[in-house]
Amino acid sequence: MNLRYIVPLIAVTLLFLVSYLGAQVSAMQYVLGVVVPYVAILTFVLGFAYRVINWSRSPVPFSIPTTGGQQKSLPWVRHSKFDSPVKGWQIVVRMALEILTFRSLFRNTRMKLNQGGRLSYQLEIFLWVGALAFHYAFLVVLIRHLRFFTDPVPFFVQLVENIDGFFRVEIIYPAFKFGVPGVYLSSFVLLAAVSYLFFRRLFVRQVKYISIASDYFPLFLIFGIALSGILMRYFTKTDVTAAKELTLGLVTFRPTIPEGIGAIFFVHVFLVSILIAYFPFSKLMHLGGVFLSPTRNMPTDTRARRHVNPWNYPVPVHTYDEYEDEFREKMVEVGLPVEKMPEPAAAEEPEQAEEKE
Amino acid sequence: MNNKALIVTGVVIFLLIVLFPFWYMRGKAAPPPEVELTPKAKAAQKCVRSTEYMRAEHMQLLDVWRDSVVRESKRIYVNPDGKEFNMSLSNTCLDCHSNKAEFCDRCHNYASVRPYCWSCHIENPKEKT
Repeated sequence: MNLRYIVPLIAVTLLFLVSYLGAQVSAMQYVLGVVVPYVAILTFVLGFAYRVINWSRSPVPFSIPTTGGQQKSLPWVRHSKFDSPVKGWQIVVRMALEILTFRSLFRNTRMKLNQGGRLSYQLEIFLWVGALAFHYAFLVVLIRHLRFFTDPVPFFVQLVENIDGFFRVEIIYPAFKFGVPGVYLSSFVLLAAVSYLFFRRLFVRQVKYISIASDYFPLFLIFGIALSGILMRYFTKTDVTAAKELTLGLVTFRPTIPEGIGAIFFVHVFLVSILIAYFPFSKLMHLGGVFLSPTRNMPTDTRARRHVNPWNYPVPVHTYDEYEDEFREKMVEVGLPVEKMPEPAAAEEPEQAEEKE
Repeated sequence: MNNKALIVTGVVIFLLIVLFPFWYMRGKAAPPPEVELTPKAKAAQKCVRSTEYMRAEHMQLLDVWRDSVVRESKRIYVNPDGKEFNMSLSNTCLDCHSNKAEFCDRCHNYASVRPYCWSCHIENPKEKT
């Protein structure tokens, strides 16, 4: 047993139990459905802004862009524009590729010793695929949820809903009915991807070795969120109208707790609130951090331009020349060698000579 | 990084995106929809199943009905009370709930649900035939 994932698992289970039991009491419903979400969103916004501004204030002592290609050099050497960007728009392209397609994950390689002791590197794209699936499914799920927070629902939300529900998966057996309300693929992709990211940490030895509780906690939390959402939509069926009344109340600052909302809804909202509130204090801040990573957003012009450490501040210095000017006569008196002899120094020369002997 | 303007722009964009629902709604929300029952529906007192069941599961019930009629040609639905119904959206459901706009659409629009019932069934069979 490994405490590094048992503790977060217990934590998420406790959060589930707290919200599930709390939802049975009407006073607690107000706390779970109104107070906690407001506190969470406030923590998220302020914490996120604070973290980003705090990062932006920390100086970058060295020019440390990662070079993925030929740096701009002599005119006949082909410059790799997006892997070693120099100009502003080239950096924008590199950042966009990094943020939207996770290129640095795509570059992941696995080192292997072949037969005969030959070293080989092979492309390892599963993490990249898993991460893409996870992040884009999450994005689609987030956009879809705007239908609960807007009225009328904007066109792009409906567009995403239509694309997401394109396949109209329906399974109807007497014992197992699934498919209405319309199945959104993103919910299941999200659940599968978060499971993959978890099992990767569990079963790949090297990754397990470096995984700590704060790596597992968000995974369990997101798993719980996806699972409770799926259960609520397809299986236990919460009254959507009442749910939207609550969420719209939050958004328009007229919070209400309508009748007839199932406990699973409060579990879902509570877990999301915890995730949002936890966000600025956790590794999840890579959402903001990716924009501020100096290895990505600095121009690769290390040979063309000198990077001055902004930490450099005027230090009071006392050069040797000034030192000698100050102490020359005393130095000469005790016979220390000086660079510049004072003018009446001729008489003292013999002493220096004695010392040398 | 030394570019304060970029950071401020980024934070503002972040706030605009995250707080989208707040400024999109501007504090105004339409009251939750109330469904209207026709006199016939009121007189019938009870739907095919209980109100709670219908509210949560009507789409599933209709889906099962469709499969049962189209694939197995079984047209009779017996509810837990032993009462028999003809499995038909147009002839059973819309017979009582002939006011689609006030009954079906209100909640569906509110929750941004676009059921595909109406891509085959016409809205009010009695009026349009």
